Amino acid sequence: MTPPDGLAAPSAPAPPSAATLAVEPLPRHAPPRGPIATLKKHTKILRVSLSERMTYRSDFLLGTILRFLPLVTTILLWKSIYESSGKSELAGFRYREMIAYLLLTHISRMFSSMPGLAAGIARDIREGTLKRYLIQPVDMIAYLLSYRVAHKLAYITMSIIPYVALFGVCRGYFDGIPGPLTLAAYAVSLVLSFFVGFYFEASVGMVGFWFLEVTSLLYIVMTLNFFISGHMLPLDLLPSPWSTILKALPFQYMAYFPAVVFLRKITGWNLVLHLLLELTWAVVFMVLSRGLYRLGLKRYSAYGG
Amino acid sequence: MIEVDQLNLVTSEFMAIVEAIGLTKTYRVFQKKEGVLGALRGLYRRDYREVCAVDEISFTIEPGEMVAFLGPNGAGKTTTLKMLSGLIYPTSGEARVLDFVPWQRADLFRRQFSLVMGQKNQLWWDLPAADSFQLHREIYSIPQAEFAKTLGELTELLGVAKLTRQAVRELSLGERMKMELIAALLHGPRLLLLDEPTIGLDVVAQAAIQKCLRDYHSQRGVTMLLTSHYMRDVEALCDRVLVINRGGMVYDGPLAGIIEKFGESKLVKLQFEGLAPDDLGRFGQVVRREGPFADIKIERSRVSEILSAVLERHALADVTVEDPPLEEIIAKVFEEARLDHDAA
Repeated sequence: MTPPDGLAAPSAPAPPSAATLAVEPLPRHAPPRGPIATLKKHTKILRVSLSERMTYRSDFLLGTILRFLPLVTTILLWKSIYESSGKSELAGFRYREMIAYLLLTHISRMFSSMPGLAAGIARDIREGTLKRYLIQPVDMIAYLLSYRVAHKLAYITMSIIPYVALFGVCRGYFDGIPGPLTLAAYAVSLVLSFFVGFYFEASVGMVGFWFLEVTSLLYIVMTLNFFISGHMLPLDLLPSPWSTILKALPFQYMAYFPAVVFLRKITGWNLVLHLLLELTWAVVFMVLSRGLYRLGLKRYSAYGG
Repeated sequence: MIEVDQLNLVTSEFMAIVEAIGLTKTYRVFQKKEGVLGALRGLYRRDYREVCAVDEISFTIEPGEMVAFLGPNGAGKTTTLKMLSGLIYPTSGEARVLDFVPWQRADLFRRQFSLVMGQKNQLWWDLPAADSFQLHREIYSIPQAEFAKTLGELTELLGVAKLTRQAVRELSLGERMKMELIAALLHGPRLLLLDEPTIGLDVVAQAAIQKCLRDYHSQRGVTMLLTSHYMRDVEALCDRVLVINRGGMVYDGPLAGIIEKFGESKLVKLQFEGLAPDDLGRFGQVVRREGPFADIKIERSRVSEILSAVLERHALADVTVEDPPLEEIIAKVFEEARLDHDAA
């Protein structure tokens, strides 16, 4: 980690007496314009957030390792399901593919899950810390996005070693590494799943403007999401109307879709179409979260603060 | 077009920094019923009560003024500050702050003021304050050289230069408040709104904050509006005082004027040559009588008359005449305003 440049450095000339302050009035800072200035601002937010996240690095590592433990029982469970069913394929998934799928959804969730985002927004609203976004010249959603990118970068960096080890051990479940085009599509689907996840959770958090207590609502949404995103099992495994319905919903892009892209179960134009749909959902949730934020602020400014 | 812009620039120099005209804020407060049945009833029929937090307040603050906002808890001080900083809309009335309508929250407006709330934390809890300052530098786009200079001066002034690399959660309340103040001043705001900046601080930390604000004001001419329950803050900082109570303005003028206007009595401390006589009750209210000492509360207008009467009868070793403590006067002002309000 690089320390912030030149801050409180002893090289800064100390004023002769404690009461000396610049006599000349401060020039007004024109707000910076253009995407580069905005990018720079958010890179800084990102850097500061990153060092904040690193404060808890041991917690990171422990959390990552503990997350793998349930995988062992999952693998054993599916093994016995396949053995007792006597079939080599369930809903188009062979046993090895099933395990590969479940491993891959962990990667999907690494990008799309946003622990604490919705709860954090609701808390900011309830406890009034939302104020700082209204007083300072910074946009809350853009700020949280930078923060989250930093969080994810830190998390992914920290998890690379345990994940490489895990996939090394489990390489027998995969049919080799897919080609560069599939890998590129996979990468795009993961990045988009980050945005779908971010704006979806941000929208959920905005509910805090209308309800003081959102803990149980968040719990329901997150539990449901675990299932309907395909994190628990492939959506194809569900009986017919359900699998169709769930595949039409945006939640599949947070776990199911990237995994089946990697497994080459969606290819060609179908893949392109779904990537476009994923992008569309990201935009829809972005517009939704912005709209809810705007409405919520109106209410907040009228009733409390 | 250029000429018009220049004209605007020139006129804004002479304009009031804060202008509030008939600012009013009423809240609708849900009346919760007692017990389970009441709570259930609340689910389908809610009773609301209108609470008027701020009632048609008007005032103007000129550039460079340091103004204290006084009033008991719940008088509407914080609500007014929230309206002036654009956090909430008024129910009615108008305000212009730095030539902006605050609740439109224009970017340029937000770059020119700071709101410091003594009980709220704006710094990142787990990071050294220095990192939060860097974040402020980016958010407010302060040039690096100027940032380093201001930061150096402020940390020196408040004596916290060595603490900026320590996580904020490890700082004491006083140190944290100093860091908050630095963060609020880094971008050189033209208007500083302070809500209880010294709450919960010890006398030394309070004095340091006061000194910082005073120095900063004298050097940069920043306009300040502060609320505080510590008269020490007010005496040290503000020439002008706005007293509000029950949402309405009760007094607007210099601090000394409060004593003139509301301090009806003076405390006369007498030291007699012999024992203090026991018939002093006819001159005024005897607060203390011990050996040669006696303190009497005397109506302001009758002080000289009574003093000469006392001198005629008794030999005095020493006399001092004092105004009652400001707290006492303020408490009385609040009380009178409450009675007026109830009567109305």
